[in-house]
Amino acid sequence: MKIVKKTPRILITIILFLIFFFPFYWMFTTSVKTLGETVRIPPTMWPEIFQWENFKRAFEAIPFMQYLGNSVIVTLSVLILQMCTIVPAAYAFARYKFKGDKILFGLIMITMMIPAQLVFLPLFVMFSKLGWINTYQSLILPFASSAFGIFMLRQTFKQVPKELIEAAKLDKASEFKIIRKIMLPLARPTLTTLGLLTFINTWNDYFWPLVLTTKDTVRTLPVGIASLRNIESGVNFHVLMAGNVMLVIPILIAFLLAQKQIIKAFTYMGDK
Amino acid sequence: MSEIILKNVRKDYDNKSTVIENLNLTIASGSFTVLVGPSGCGKSTTLRMIAGLEDISSGELYIDGKKMNDIDPGDRDIAMVFQNYALYPTMTVKGNIEFGLINAKIPKEEREQLIEEIIDIVGLREYLDKKPSQLSGGQRQRVALARAMVKKPKVFLMDEPLSNLDAKLRNQMRSELIELHHKLNATFVYVTHDQVEALSMATDIVLMEKGKIRQHGSPHDIYTYPKNVFTAQFIGTPEMNIIERQKFEAIATLPEQIAYIGFRPSKVKMYEPTQDQKQKLVFTGTVLTKEMLGSEIIYRVQTNMGVVAVKMFSDINLNLDDEIKLSLSYSSIHCFDENKNRMDILRS
Repeated sequence: MKIVKKTPRILITIILFLIFFFPFYWMFTTSVKTLGETVRIPPTMWPEIFQWENFKRAFEAIPFMQYLGNSVIVTLSVLILQMCTIVPAAYAFARYKFKGDKILFGLIMITMMIPAQLVFLPLFVMFSKLGWINTYQSLILPFASSAFGIFMLRQTFKQVPKELIEAAKLDKASEFKIIRKIMLPLARPTLTTLGLLTFINTWNDYFWPLVLTTKDTVRTLPVGIASLRNIESGVNFHVLMAGNVMLVIPILIAFLLAQKQIIKAFTYMGDK
Repeated sequence: MSEIILKNVRKDYDNKSTVIENLNLTIASGSFTVLVGPSGCGKSTTLRMIAGLEDISSGELYIDGKKMNDIDPGDRDIAMVFQNYALYPTMTVKGNIEFGLINAKIPKEEREQLIEEIIDIVGLREYLDKKPSQLSGGQRQRVALARAMVKKPKVFLMDEPLSNLDAKLRNQMRSELIELHHKLNATFVYVTHDQVEALSMATDIVLMEKGKIRQHGSPHDIYTYPKNVFTAQFIGTPEMNIIERQKFEAIATLPEQIAYIGFRPSKVKMYEPTQDQKQKLVFTGTVLTKEMLGSEIIYRVQTNMGVVAVKMFSDINLNLDDEIKLSLSYSSIHCFDENKNRMDILRS
């Protein structure tokens, strides 16, 4: 009886798993196939020959390390800047009443509803007037804060019982210390989740770096990998996929490391 | 030593509702003062104003002779224990106790020594490296106490610290707190809505209602000489019987001015013909309900002056609908005027 009841759930889980897993599987297997095998019909599910040199080709066809370095610089800067702007904003919105706080918070929420594409054009014009095309700051500053991050962290901060903060005040803790020693450790799951989302978004961002950069010195990895398409005549799926594998590996590692915290963030009710 | 004085203290919330209008209270140095009253009476607000967690709208607060209105909570030389303990969940027990000391920039050696002094008093030595979530309610309460004690404050503030504990543990913690107060010789200000807690622990009780002090005195005074009907009914279980003049006159005459009379359920006895009955009021009634409490039983008795609660030792066992004859010594009757304030005329 129990198994019969559970069957639909298990089936749905398996189907969902396959839907999410298959593109990754296809990317990984294609990345080690030969060119001939990638275009064969019917396609092969498992590579006949493992051609590892695809990775070497992808690595050598483009200034891979340069792109990687740029990606790391941009992603880390965005992460750090976001934490610097989100944490104080969320704390203020969660803990203080001030004139216009609701309107201000509403305005920030509204920015979540404006499509990014709408903002890109004026931003581009502004940056080009500033002479910021092909600079790191043009890739970093538009993402220096996140309305979603402020919203989510504010909700987490609001869940912290106010007695905890009062106890800390009686313990002579400064506002800064209360944030650092009490609020942030309690918000760790949320922070990890936010950090990971920002990391993925920034790391994978294709459109903005493509528009804002023309030089290898500041181009990030996704734009670089895409350029693999144009380097040799025709489309070398196997090399392209090898490049993609190298692009997603950092994300997969980050996700595996943060998995526990993410689950906690969405089930987190506070430690009472 | 540290006396706390509140002078003409007023508290409004957002300029809309006034919780406390004009409070004047002196809490004696070294006393165990319990602020007690029904919910919404302003007792917690008063405590939080002393702690500095609530602003004082107008009036003055002095601790140990120093005006405290604008002093930060951390600089008032006080410690507070909260109802939900408010332990820092991400820190260990030791971290919790040490946090205030670190913030006060006390050197590490001295901190260790202070924790060492305190840890056996609260019996938490084995739990120093545990997180609060791994402790039971009673242990968490002890951590909260240790966190307060380690700072050696002049004043301990406690906001219903026992109400999250089960009855047995509550009794135990109650006696531990009394002992602690005796040992530390500091001023304790304790908020509760439980009059039993107030009576059993306090050296001074401040009974509050709607932001006003209704009576301030020792537990004995408050129980024996309630200044008004509110105090008379709030303190003591079951509450004091209060009878309106007209109803009482069904069984006896009253001097003028008296609008209400009151008597404690425990002062009513079974009528015994051999006693000298001149000093006693004798009346009859029918038993309506019966509550067995162990050593005592509470009866509700229908009499000519209305329903009256009677508390007797359980060796007298009555049944429902029994017709009984009761007696009450005149000296146990409290008299109140029409404003429900005490009158001391009927004491003979």
